[in-house]
Amino acid sequence: MEDFLITTAKVLFIFGLNMGVFAPLLTWVERKQSALMQDRIGANRADILGFSMIGLFHPIADAIKMLAKEDFIPEGANKIMHTLSPIICVVPALLTFAVIPFGGEYVIGGKHIKLVIADLDVGLIFIFAISSLATYGTVIAGWSSNNNWSLLGSLRASAQMISYEVAMGFTLVGVFMVYGSLQLTQIGAAQESFFRWGIFLQPLGFFMFLACAIAENKRAPFDVAEGESEIIAGYFLEYSGLKFGMFYMAEFLEIVTISAMVTTLFFGAWHIPFISSALILSMLSFLNETLANIILMLIHISVFWVKVIFFIWFQMTIRWTLPRFRYDQIMKLGWKILLPLSLANILVTGIVILILQ
Amino acid sequence: MTDLTENLHSEHMVLNMGPSHPATHGTVEFLVTLDGETIVNMDVEIGYLHRGFEKQCENGTWSQAFPYTDRLNYNSAILNNVGYALAVEKMLDVKIPDRCKYIRVITSELARMTDHYTNIGAGALELGGFSAFLYFVEARELLWDLLEKVCGARLTSNYIRIGGVKNDLPPNFKEDVKSAFIKCRDLYNDVDKLLTKNRIFLDRMRDVGGITSDEAIAYGFTGPCLRACGVEYDVRKAHPYLIYDQIDFEIPTGSTGDNFDRYLVRMEELNQSMRIVEQCLDKMPKGPVNIDDPIVRLPAKDHVYTKMEALIDHFIVVTEGIKPPKGEVYFPVEGGNGEVGFYLVSNGSGKPVKCRVRPPCFAITQAMPRLCIGSLLADIIPTFDQINLIGGECDR
Repeated sequence: MEDFLITTAKVLFIFGLNMGVFAPLLTWVERKQSALMQDRIGANRADILGFSMIGLFHPIADAIKMLAKEDFIPEGANKIMHTLSPIICVVPALLTFAVIPFGGEYVIGGKHIKLVIADLDVGLIFIFAISSLATYGTVIAGWSSNNNWSLLGSLRASAQMISYEVAMGFTLVGVFMVYGSLQLTQIGAAQESFFRWGIFLQPLGFFMFLACAIAENKRAPFDVAEGESEIIAGYFLEYSGLKFGMFYMAEFLEIVTISAMVTTLFFGAWHIPFISSALILSMLSFLNETLANIILMLIHISVFWVKVIFFIWFQMTIRWTLPRFRYDQIMKLGWKILLPLSLANILVTGIVILILQ
Repeated sequence: MTDLTENLHSEHMVLNMGPSHPATHGTVEFLVTLDGETIVNMDVEIGYLHRGFEKQCENGTWSQAFPYTDRLNYNSAILNNVGYALAVEKMLDVKIPDRCKYIRVITSELARMTDHYTNIGAGALELGGFSAFLYFVEARELLWDLLEKVCGARLTSNYIRIGGVKNDLPPNFKEDVKSAFIKCRDLYNDVDKLLTKNRIFLDRMRDVGGITSDEAIAYGFTGPCLRACGVEYDVRKAHPYLIYDQIDFEIPTGSTGDNFDRYLVRMEELNQSMRIVEQCLDKMPKGPVNIDDPIVRLPAKDHVYTKMEALIDHFIVVTEGIKPPKGEVYFPVEGGNGEVGFYLVSNGSGKPVKCRVRPPCFAITQAMPRLCIGSLLADIIPTFDQINLIGGECDR
């Protein structure tokens, strides 16, 4: 019963943070970040009784607008598939967070608590498996809309996402070769020492993973599937209201997931550079064990989310700096550059591990 | 081994791109036949912005055509104003004061800069580079502020008059231009850094939409698109008008004629235009800005209110209009996109018999299928951007 309550609390925490804070807030961050970069003021129009709160009411206005809009299904569309595909897009984006740890292991009231919803020993594989499900959402969305532009978008999306899945898988092989585990909690725990962070052990892997992950999420510069100036909106062209919002929500949730994965795999997860958990606990030794552990947990959770927020910002900056690739150039980058590089990365990693043994 | 393609039912897909499509600004429609994403065939449908400019001009006096010319290439309204005014003046065979020539060159070059800013910015926007677009929009704002100080309007300026300009430059204009140019150069550097050496931008633009110089001439290309092919043809140098022969500036040319060269030519022309404006501001003589001929240019208002003759002249010019002698005239100026020519016919009355415009982008747009067939759907976007079709100018 106690385990059940703890798991429920963790699920609620992650779900609430993602759906309640990140998904709506990121629309605001995206607006403000782009405004900052483009010498504009940005979102400040939505107000309640004259208080605009630096535009923080915009997500609320967005939600109201999307709820109030007509849910439009075009003529000739496959109604079931058309309704289903936004859900297929959102669910994987939420599910992947189940295996990502947002803190270490703490002793609270004599119980060992791991801050992860499901501590699977095949965590990384689970993420790949789930995130590739999102491809179906985009492909079905484009196909079921009965629109040539959507079809082009979904064709582009399917080709792009499948190609980059291969490269993304290989970029991470280096990571679990180094840490000897697929379990994300173990990979995180192994990065306690600053110089054992993934970025130092797998620098090439980090850049390739980030590129592949952004491509998987179909954000600029890899947003050919959406390509608003070429194929208008691509696969979700024929969606309106909350279904349209769900595609966007999936995109924003995936930004958080990518940032969390980058943090966990390459940037020391919940660890603070040069300050180990033992050091913090010894500084807090005047408190009893449970209280010290709770404080440590809170510190780790905030460190983790600060890192995540940094990478969210980083992705936003990329989004507003670079122009869009062309479809064939994306394919070329994926198959001819990233894939061979990631294979070479595996080879070099293997040789180095062998030498060090 | 059976042929795998045998049982594949593949057929070409026909797509209607536009007229309401994000990339087909200026309202144009492409009927594209696609094989996968490769363009097999392409038809360009123009005419969505046809407002009967030429017919409208025949219903007003010669002076009343100015507001219509504003709406040809609305990104650089003053260039059209100048072209039309020079054509009518050639017909009337009058000489305008020197200061007026300088003012016309300054405002023309400011307008050319706004045109190039819009074009490069929109080109970047459609390739996904939103920030570069807004940087150039900001630069364009600065220049529009200058034009607003000159004539009160920003977009459709209606500033040039037959035989002069609406009014002299405002006081402290030189300082205003200088401070605006400092900011413009900063923004130019930002965009230069964001785009010119950006690998993604380079890949999208290089070797896309290329054309040889012979073909370009055969199609009737002018302006940046022709110069990108390596042909050094600029009306300002080839047939100097106003005071362009007394000013030191260069014509940038490209070599390959592809989109990236078009972009580079426009970027360099921005610098050259700034040079021209700065030289003009230094050299500008004092004196009247309007021709001293009451039959051509309206007399000053204080004279109209106080002098009998001026009142009569004013009345006649307003009611009957300027009456150029019988004949026809063609006068080209270098517009934002290329050679903007006005072909005017007069029968000696106060209204034009024919007012025909040679729009530069019409000739360039007809080459769209030649530039696009064989390339990918996504290549239409940079090519069409660099061609810079302006609906108002092309469809009139």
